[in-house]
Amino acid sequence: MSSQPRALQVLNILSVVLLLAAYALVFGFAPIEKVMGIVQKVFYFHVATAWVGMLGFIAAAITGVIYLRTQNLKWDIITVSAVEISLVFFFITIVLGSTWARPSWGTWWTWEPRLTTAAILEMIYLAYMLLRQGIDDPERRARFGAVYTLIGGISVPVTFVSIRLFRTIHPVVIGSGGGETMGLTRPMLGIMFFSIAVFSVIFITLFWHRIRLGQLADHVEQLKLKITH
Amino acid sequence: MIEVKKLVKRFGMKIVLRGLDFHVEPGEFVALLGPNGAGKTTFLRILASLSRPNLGEVRISGYRLPNQSAEVRQRLGVVSHMPLLYPDLSAEENLQFYGRMYNVSQLDARVTEVLNLVGLTQRRRDLVRTFSRGMQQRLAIGRAVLHDPDVMLFDEPYTGLDQDASEMLDDVLKNVAARGRTVVMTSHDLARAEELATRFDVLSRGTITASTSRAGLGSGNLLNFYKQALAG
Amino acid sequence: MEKGTDIRPSGNYFRAVSAVAWKDLAAELRSRELLSSMLVFSLLVILIFYFALELDVKAREKITAGALWVTFAFAGTLGLNRSMAVEKDRGCLDGLLLAPVDRSAIYFGKAISNLAFMLIVEVIVLPVYSVLYNVNLFNFGLIGVILLGSLGYISVGTLLSTMSVQTRTRDVLLPILLFPVIVPVLVAAVKASSGFLQNLEMSEIMAWVNLLIVYDIIFTAIAFMVFDYVVEE
Repeated sequence: MSSQPRALQVLNILSVVLLLAAYALVFGFAPIEKVMGIVQKVFYFHVATAWVGMLGFIAAAITGVIYLRTQNLKWDIITVSAVEISLVFFFITIVLGSTWARPSWGTWWTWEPRLTTAAILEMIYLAYMLLRQGIDDPERRARFGAVYTLIGGISVPVTFVSIRLFRTIHPVVIGSGGGETMGLTRPMLGIMFFSIAVFSVIFITLFWHRIRLGQLADHVEQLKLKITH
Repeated sequence: MIEVKKLVKRFGMKIVLRGLDFHVEPGEFVALLGPNGAGKTTFLRILASLSRPNLGEVRISGYRLPNQSAEVRQRLGVVSHMPLLYPDLSAEENLQFYGRMYNVSQLDARVTEVLNLVGLTQRRRDLVRTFSRGMQQRLAIGRAVLHDPDVMLFDEPYTGLDQDASEMLDDVLKNVAARGRTVVMTSHDLARAEELATRFDVLSRGTITASTSRAGLGSGNLLNFYKQALAG
Repeated sequence: MEKGTDIRPSGNYFRAVSAVAWKDLAAELRSRELLSSMLVFSLLVILIFYFALELDVKAREKITAGALWVTFAFAGTLGLNRSMAVEKDRGCLDGLLLAPVDRSAIYFGKAISNLAFMLIVEVIVLPVYSVLYNVNLFNFGLIGVILLGSLGYISVGTLLSTMSVQTRTRDVLLPILLFPVIVPVLVAAVKASSGFLQNLEMSEIMAWVNLLIVYDIIFTAIAFMVFDYVVEE
């Protein structure tokens, strides 16, 4: 329990190296987009962080259900970890999206379905944190948290659909859908997928660290109880 | 009637009940004594099927908890320090409501009978919010015996009652709630426990550390027994 | 003693559901605490809208649906909080859980009474709004939307208020938990309501009505499945 496992140490280094490589590719290699110019480079990170946010969101909903089935508190640690990572990465996504939207659409914020859904998801996660803070019994905290991630996990897609019906001006990134398609060249797409892969590795690394942190906190709690008895 | 083996209950990391064994014969009245935080209320909530044990076996009237909790609940009456009554309903309406939840047959007649037993017939149409604490507690006992349970659980039933009200309650507990039933009661009030119970168990640090019957104790010795049990 | 009190096997699910709903309605008929506070609050919100949004004749047409649903959503949390606090404060929730009935019967009973309270408030607020702002709100489509929207709101709200009332921060937590997950209900209800009020084509409204129906079904089912977890220890 004391020192980090070998694989995690490797992941630490790999994450840093890959992130630097992604920076190098985006700023050194990727062509400058004709219409939007330099600011378009934000897009590679915007998509990748959104991807990590999604991974965390899906992981939280699934592990929440697993907790309800097994009632094993280790799944609660995993759920919280997923929520926290998702919370941070969606926040980064929103900030990056805003910096991109300002020059492209002339506004910091647009009520665009994906952006709005991400914002509502942030609200759900903040509510989740507040809910947990208000409960002392760890099992009840885990149960209520899992129920809420489940409710959130189902409501968010519905929210997305409802806002999509409401309005949309987000560019469709890939595919032949109607919408305004961005002029992505092959190298641009390649770098986007590389960036997504990099952030997936970073996600795994952070997830692992956060789960370890939760386990260590439990361990400390156990040791404290031993002292008092 | 009640059979508990190697019961373990944890709240997170904290172990409240550690391998508790407990056994009650039909017709026994067991007083569960112990200091604050010993796990008395937790234990009673597990018996009442309100809380799930982490490990161990609990059987009431031959039914297992938590798997057969519906059968157990049908045979269980609970009186806690909270009245579990709705203040904006009358005494009668409260009983009618709980009677429907327990699917009691010939409900109107049964409600009248129970109100009579706990001495609230005169006030049957009054709202519970106008009742004194003692009257509320008597009605709470009426609520608990409405479906004629085999087993009664009392969790600190005297909390918040003055001397007079406690004496009235004694009477109702003894003659209405406990008669012909198996009872487990937690209480801080050693004098009251001594008067009512046929057996005294001390719950300390998550297990039963001592047990004696009324016959084995002799009168007036409960305090000594309790102190010794905690010291040992 | 106690002759003639043989107890039939339990399992009378609907009897328990109706018993729970009945006792809430009976108690409320007595005290009128919950309904009166919801109503007064709703009327205040409507008044505030007048000053805050300067609801002139032109603005009213566009804003009415939104103003109504904001009012219902806020008043709804008052009602839900109060309805569950009554259960928690005197240990009545334990009393309900001690009964030999499936936990989901308690959920449906509470949901029915909560829905009834909400609909009563809405039935009173609509004509008042109508008179104050001189808008005709009598419209069968609108009434249908209000039913569907309230149902979705209450199905999630009853579940979440059962959770929030068991926390330390219970007075403030419910709206924070509830509002982010009922966004679809609010969006769809507002859109469908204003569609009916502006006499739009049914084809333009149906998508929203369908969304409401889907939401209601999904979330009633989910709440039914997970309610056990929010009341058991």
